[in-house]
Formats: sequence, C-alpha cells, structure tokens
Amino acid sequence: MDNLNALLEGFASILTPGNLLIALIGVTVGTAVGVLPGLGPAMTIALLLPITYGMEPTQAFIMFAGIFYGGMYGGSTTSILLNTPGQASSAVTVLEGFKMAKNGRAGQALATAAIGSFVAGTIATLALVFVTPATVAFAISLGAPDYLAIMLLAFVATASVLGSSRIRGFTSLLVGLVIGVVGIDAVTGQQRLTYGVPQLADGLDIVVVTVGLFAVCEALWLAGRARGGRDELFPVGRVWMGRKDWKRSLGPWMRGTAIGFPFGAIPAGGADFTTFLSYITERRVSKHKDEFGKGAIEGVAGPEAANNASAAGALVPMLALGLPVNATAAIMLAAFQSYGIQPGPLLFERESALVWTLIASLFIGNLLLLVLNLPLIPIWVKLLRIPKPYLFAGILFFASMGAYAVNAQPFDLFVLLVFGLVGLAMRRFGIPVLPLIVGVILGPIAERQARMSLQLSGGDLSGLVGGPVSWAIYGILAVILAWPLVMLARRRLSRHRETVDA
Amino acid sequence: MTRAESTEQRQDGRAARTPRDRAQYWVCAFLALLGVLVIVDASQIPAFTASNDPIGPKPVPIILGALCIVLAAFYALDVARGGRGEAEGGEAADPDAGFDWRTIGLLCAVFIANALVIDWLGWVIAGSLLFYGSALILGSKRYVLALAAAVALSLATFYGFAIGMGVGLPAGVLQGIL
Repeated sequence: MDNLNALLEGFASILTPGNLLIALIGVTVGTAVGVLPGLGPAMTIALLLPITYGMEPTQAFIMFAGIFYGGMYGGSTTSILLNTPGQASSAVTVLEGFKMAKNGRAGQALATAAIGSFVAGTIATLALVFVTPATVAFAISLGAPDYLAIMLLAFVATASVLGSSRIRGFTSLLVGLVIGVVGIDAVTGQQRLTYGVPQLADGLDIVVVTVGLFAVCEALWLAGRARGGRDELFPVGRVWMGRKDWKRSLGPWMRGTAIGFPFGAIPAGGADFTTFLSYITERRVSKHKDEFGKGAIEGVAGPEAANNASAAGALVPMLALGLPVNATAAIMLAAFQSYGIQPGPLLFERESALVWTLIASLFIGNLLLLVLNLPLIPIWVKLLRIPKPYLFAGILFFASMGAYAVNAQPFDLFVLLVFGLVGLAMRRFGIPVLPLIVGVILGPIAERQARMSLQLSGGDLSGLVGGPVSWAIYGILAVILAWPLVMLARRRLSRHRETVDA
Repeated sequence: MTRAESTEQRQDGRAARTPRDRAQYWVCAFLALLGVLVIVDASQIPAFTASNDPIGPKPVPIILGALCIVLAAFYALDVARGGRGEAEGGEAADPDAGFDWRTIGLLCAVFIANALVIDWLGWVIAGSLLFYGSALILGSKRYVLALAAAVALSLATFYGFAIGMGVGLPAGVLQGIL
C-alpha cells in the first residue's frame, strides 16, 4: 500500500500544468528524434539528455520519461515505414511491419505498434511499481562483496551473451573498464591514466562517450556508406485498426508483455532477445501461420509489446541495484549520475519522491504518446523525408551541442569525435558497444565495492567473497564462462564416439 | 546498434567463402598496446598505503592491463582461425563494401574546426558553420537553403536551450548582441 501511496504522490507532483507541458515536450521531442532514420531509443535519449541539464532533477526526469517512450515509439515508426530498424530491438518489427506497409497496411501496423506499446508499457510499469520495492528489500540486505559479485556477473553476461563473439564482447568490456579507470582515484586522490591533462582528472563523461559511440558514429557510418538510392517510403493511410485487427493483436500484446518484462530485467537478455522470442512465439501459436513473412499483424503486435515491456523491466535492476542491462538503461543511469544521484537500494529511501515521480511520469508519458501521437503520425512521417545531408548534419550538430553543454568545454568535443571514430572502428570489426558502456559506468563502482570489501576484511582476499548470494552468483558466473568449454567437450566426445563406433 | 542499410541480400553463404579478415590484427595490436600503457601508468603511481584502503589504486589497472594483453592474444588466435565479427543486428560486418573515407575525413575536419572556434565565435556561428559545412560535404546542392537552415537551427537552439532552459552554450563574440 505504501507503494501505491507513494505513486499517487508522484502523480500529484506531476499533475501541474508546467510539468505536464514538460512531459508533452519530452514526448514530442523524443518522437521527433526517434523517428529519424538510424536513431534508436538509446541514441535519442543520449542526444537529448543534455537539454535537461538546466532543469531541476524532478522536471528533468519528467521530460526524460517522455523522451524514453517517445524515442521508442519513433523507432518503431521508422522500422515499419522505412525498413531501417533504429536499433537491434526493433529489427524484428521490420520483418512483418515493413511487409504490412508494402501491402498497404502501414496504418494498421503503426496502430497495433502504438496501442500495443501503450498496453504493454502500462502493464509493465505497473509491474515495475510492485517488483522494484521487493527487489530493493532484497538488495538492501546485500553487502559490498555481493555487489561486487553482481557487477562481475553483469560484466560477464553483457560481454558474453550479447553478440555472437565472446572475444569481441570482452574486448569491448575491457576497453570500457580501462576508460572507467581514467581520472582521479576516488579513495586516494591519485591520478590514473590522465597523462597530466587537467580535463581528464574528472574522468571521461559517460554522456559524451555515449553520444560519440552512438550518434556521431551513426552519422559518420551512414555518411560513409550512403550512396545513391533513396529509401522507399510507403504511404501511411489512416492509422486505424478494424475489429479483426484488434482481435488478432490482443493476444500478442499480452504474450509480448509477459515475455518482455521478466526477460528485460535480466542482465544481457536485452530487448532484442525478447522481441525475437515474442516473434517466434507468435509464429508458433498463430492461426495465420501462412501470413508470417508476408505481413502478419501478430508479428508486429507481439514484438512491439515485448519491446516496451522489456524497457520497463530493464528499469527494475537499474533503479533497485544501479545495474544497467541495456543501452537505454545505461544512459538513464548516466542521467541519474549527472544529477549526483546514484541508483541502487538506497535510492528509494533517499530520493523517494523523485523516483516515484519518474515512475508516475512513465505512465503519463505513455498515455500522452498514445493520445497525441496516434493522430499525428502523418506529420512525423514527413520527418522521414528529410534529405540525408541535412539529417546527418543535424545529428552532428545536436551531438556537438549536447557534448559541449555537459561541461562547457571544447575538450569534450574532441572526446566526442574520438569516440565517434572508435565506434566506427568497433562497427567495422563487429565489436558490440554495450559492454563498453556498461564497463565505463559500472567499472568504477565495481572497483569501489571491491576495495570496500577488502577494507572490511583488512586486506585479506577472503573478504572479496561474502554470503550465500555472492556464492550463488559466482556459481552462475562459472556456468556462463564454462559453457563453451562444455559444448566443445561434448562435441569432441561425440566425435570420438563416432570414430570408435565406425 | 543500428543497421543503416536494410539487411540486403548479401548474406547467403558468403561467410564460407570470404578470406580471413586480416585488418582485425590492428584491433589485437591496439588492445595489447592499451594493456601495456595501463600497466606502465599504474606502475608509476606512487606507493600509497592507508589503513582504510589496503590495496590502493594500483591493482585494478594492473589486472585490467594484464587481461587486455591476454585477450589480445586470444583475439589474434581467433582471427588466425578465421573468426570475424558479427554485428548485433545479425548482419555480417562487411569489410569489402567500399567506405567513403574522404567524406569522413572532411566531416572530422569540420568537427575539429567547430571545437577550436566554439568558445571564440560562440555557438550560433560555430554551430551554423558545423551544420552548413557538414551539409555541403554530404552533398547538399541547395546552398542558400542549407545556410538558412544552419542559421535558423543555431539561433533556435541557442535561444531555446541556452537562454530558455539554461543549457550552457557560449555566446562568444556575439555576447551582448544575442
């Protein structure tokens, strides 16, 4: 009951004309940027984060929630109409959504995506209201060694599950961890890897790193490859669904939500995994199996719901443990940090009003999105027609503005460019970006937890392992790390048996 | 991670035929170098022991540096065995596809120019130049329109964000005029 009261208080603090206006601006700007080809939700948030810097934290997070949902919604519009998924999590939407658009059913695809996102977002945010405090209650009992174990699990999980190559995942992670070391050591005040550059003393700003890796890299990558050929853009028609579409969408929405929320909350499950799972499920249970691959509405409704639900699910570990499990949550975490707020079990105690306002604004943002944007889709679609030179120039423009605004120093613009080029190289070599970002954000925290554990044990290494929780986590860790070896051994064994049999 | 271009029909069976992607050795070299740099830097941190921090700032970077070097070796082994990266979206990284380095280089130049002059000329002028320059490099032929868009965008962001929302953008030489 306490939670509901706190949530109602959160609503009460939003429902002022000024705050509603901020939410509205957030949703609108988020959609506008998210709808641009190539810009997914994570990039949208990273790009728009700096515009909230001049605000009070409460207002900033209200706007943030709007940007969050607006960006996701904009991304699905792009996938359906343009066959360019904003990020991996919308890649599945393209499969059926773009086919539907080709068949002249773009309006229905957009409608089921929008309404499904709303339904899933609302249910998942409700689930968040109840699950997060329970997670916090559990997390509060954990000590420094347990946290260290959780962080190590997050490192290994993001590096080894996402993407196909563990080596490349760990490469990304290690580079991120090294970047996290740069700056003044929090405990002793000694400089590490700063090479006497004063601007490096505070470390590299995660917002600048992310904007560089996502936005600048994206603009450069597209600029380097975009040659000739305009993208095909299909007319939208009326955004509307008939009875049959409603009937066919309802099940997928619910199943998508059920799949998305829990899997979204697990480190390294990630939204792309949940959307894919939802797609496969829908294809299996559908009565219209023959339509899959030709534009089945279930294939849009399910994954889009799963996408939104998993985004809300990802907020559970982010708020309760300070653990980002996907790129969007990582940037949200960076946003908290830029206000000097550290997500984690103490967050609900210290910044209770702020957290509940954020959760309440998730509901509001979701609703505003549905009410305002569904009729406005034809206008958003016009943004898809912005010629590429202006689009990329605009991305570079806004990225520079944001990066400069973080610390008001031109040095960050060079950092931004360097990371844009690093991102370019990573993409060229197929190295995933998320482990790097997780490394930059969590690396320093993990080091602090490790050193705190050792402080408590007086330097004895046994202090690094705590209670049953950390043992359990190290067990999981061992399984993840040993898994490829087990598979290898089994393959060898079966091959050996074949030769013996023969 | 985004896929700019649609998942084109060039994935079928090419993994089997393509030659080893040797450029990846640069990544291994970079990783090994990074490891060495981190270890060297850490070893130069003056010894510092405090009762409240038994291990000090050294061990973590040294461990990371060592891991970098070990990983670089594994990476090189993987490349030698024909391993190649695969993007998150499932699309194979395609080293053969031509890449327009000239455009990238010019964009970087404009970007650096912006960083150099932003404090002096201010956001409105520097930002306009950034947008205008990038648009022209990327092939915009409508010179007047692009310039108008650049100036409008800079002025709008300056008034909207810097003055309206308190975001820290510099006025530069136009201080007092804007």
